[in-house]
Amino acid sequence: MTGASVLFDAPGPVARRRSLISSIIGAVVILAGLAWVVLTLAAPRGDLPGYFDPSRWEPLTEPLVWQRILTVGVWGTLSAALTASVLAIILGIIFSLLRSARTSWIRVPTAVVIEFVRGMPVLLMMLFILLVLNTGTFWAVVAALTLYNGVLIGEALRAGLVSLPRGQREAGLSLGMRPMQSKMLVEFPQAFRQMLPIIIAQLVVLLKDTSLGYIVGYVELLRVTMNQLATFYGNYYLFSFFVVALVLYLIMNLSLSWFARWVARRTASKSGRPVLNPDDEDQAILMATAVADARQSETGHG
Amino acid sequence: MDAVIENLPLYFEGFGMTLFLLGVSGLAALVIGTLIAAMRISPVPSLRWFATGYTELVRNTPLTLVLFFCAIVLPLLGSRLDFVTAALIGLSVYTSPFIAEALRSGINGVPVGQAEAARSVGFGFSQTVGLIVLPQAFRMTVPPLINVFIALTKNTSVAGGFFVVDLFATGRILANARGDAVIAILLGVATFYLLITVPLGLLAARLERRWVVQR
Repeated sequence: MTGASVLFDAPGPVARRRSLISSIIGAVVILAGLAWVVLTLAAPRGDLPGYFDPSRWEPLTEPLVWQRILTVGVWGTLSAALTASVLAIILGIIFSLLRSARTSWIRVPTAVVIEFVRGMPVLLMMLFILLVLNTGTFWAVVAALTLYNGVLIGEALRAGLVSLPRGQREAGLSLGMRPMQSKMLVEFPQAFRQMLPIIIAQLVVLLKDTSLGYIVGYVELLRVTMNQLATFYGNYYLFSFFVVALVLYLIMNLSLSWFARWVARRTASKSGRPVLNPDDEDQAILMATAVADARQSETGHG
Repeated sequence: MDAVIENLPLYFEGFGMTLFLLGVSGLAALVIGTLIAAMRISPVPSLRWFATGYTELVRNTPLTLVLFFCAIVLPLLGSRLDFVTAALIGLSVYTSPFIAEALRSGINGVPVGQAEAARSVGFGFSQTVGLIVLPQAFRMTVPPLINVFIALTKNTSVAGGFFVVDLFATGRILANARGDAVIAILLGVATFYLLITVPLGLLAARLERRWVVQR
């Protein structure tokens, strides 16, 4: 069902007026809520000025602060996210191949590893890698994110592989390709293309999860703004730094989300396949794995 | 292994806190998420815009930042919540848009013909949604909702980084105290998490398969 328009009549004059009135009431309630928040923030705190007072935002006028936020904070976040993204995609490819291997002594242990990693908090993995393998915080963050997201990307790719028409593989084999060649040259590129929106959506999750590095002590955006700078300048400016961190995260995540949606629209218009919604990776993976499972029961070798 | 058995009472305490966080914030998120989903399909434009904006904003904010706000920035702004309540609020708010999206995608999965049929026999908005669409959407919504709860289970560990003594925090404290048995202690913590997530995952997978067969 697309669009809510089926659910109610094309509004006539009375319904339109009613809708307009409730819309206005709704808007007033929402705006009142927002105004209350803004006024509470703007109200003076004891003998200190409110949170929108220019003096609260003073550190942000210093170029050095921005340099620190961008070159240490944003860079810390982005470099961890980028490294982990590349590694996670590679790991995902490996996992999807192992998981769809023909020999059961490869397939079954991989499935167990996948279930194990999927059921664990990323934060726990970070702590484990940090304490047990003693890798330093950057590699602890990167390794945990790689492992966790690699598994999820692997599952998505496997679903993409299984959901391909069987004829693709048969055509590859009939041309004299070895099974591995057919998989890598014929099937994989198609599966990857079809699952690209889901993979990018997963990378948004990865980017968000780099902030978990804050808890294990990795120096990224959250630690630079909320811990280092806020400690240096004092709690007086904590709220301002929080707003800066929030806005920077939103800019990074929203642009990646929008990119995922754009890719999804492009792949959808190119191939006539059902659109996988990147807004909701659970539903999309659900749909993909549902298709995959259905097909596996069809060919008889689950 | 001894380190785990010796400290089992502490583990159970942490596990209890994790279950408490999961239960309460799961319920609260379900309520907020349903409200947001209802706003999102309602005929009132301002509510639709608000719901869309809320979903977009909250979903693109890292959980760490949300919990940081609840545990550290809010007290500065004058709230007197204890850390557990702050974590509950943060987890509920963070989870609610995911619940709303799961519900909405379930509703979107109901064929248009169903709603059209309901409309053509003269049902209004609330009748169409309440009697025809939602009962069918519910079945399709359960597996993704279970997945949201699995994610929430894992997300409660982030609260452990913000002064709540849950399973993760317990593991961290124990690992610091017993430097010789870090691996055993953390694997113990992992087992407790898997105790919640693996059964839920199996349940979701089973329901998914049933759903595919029926469609």
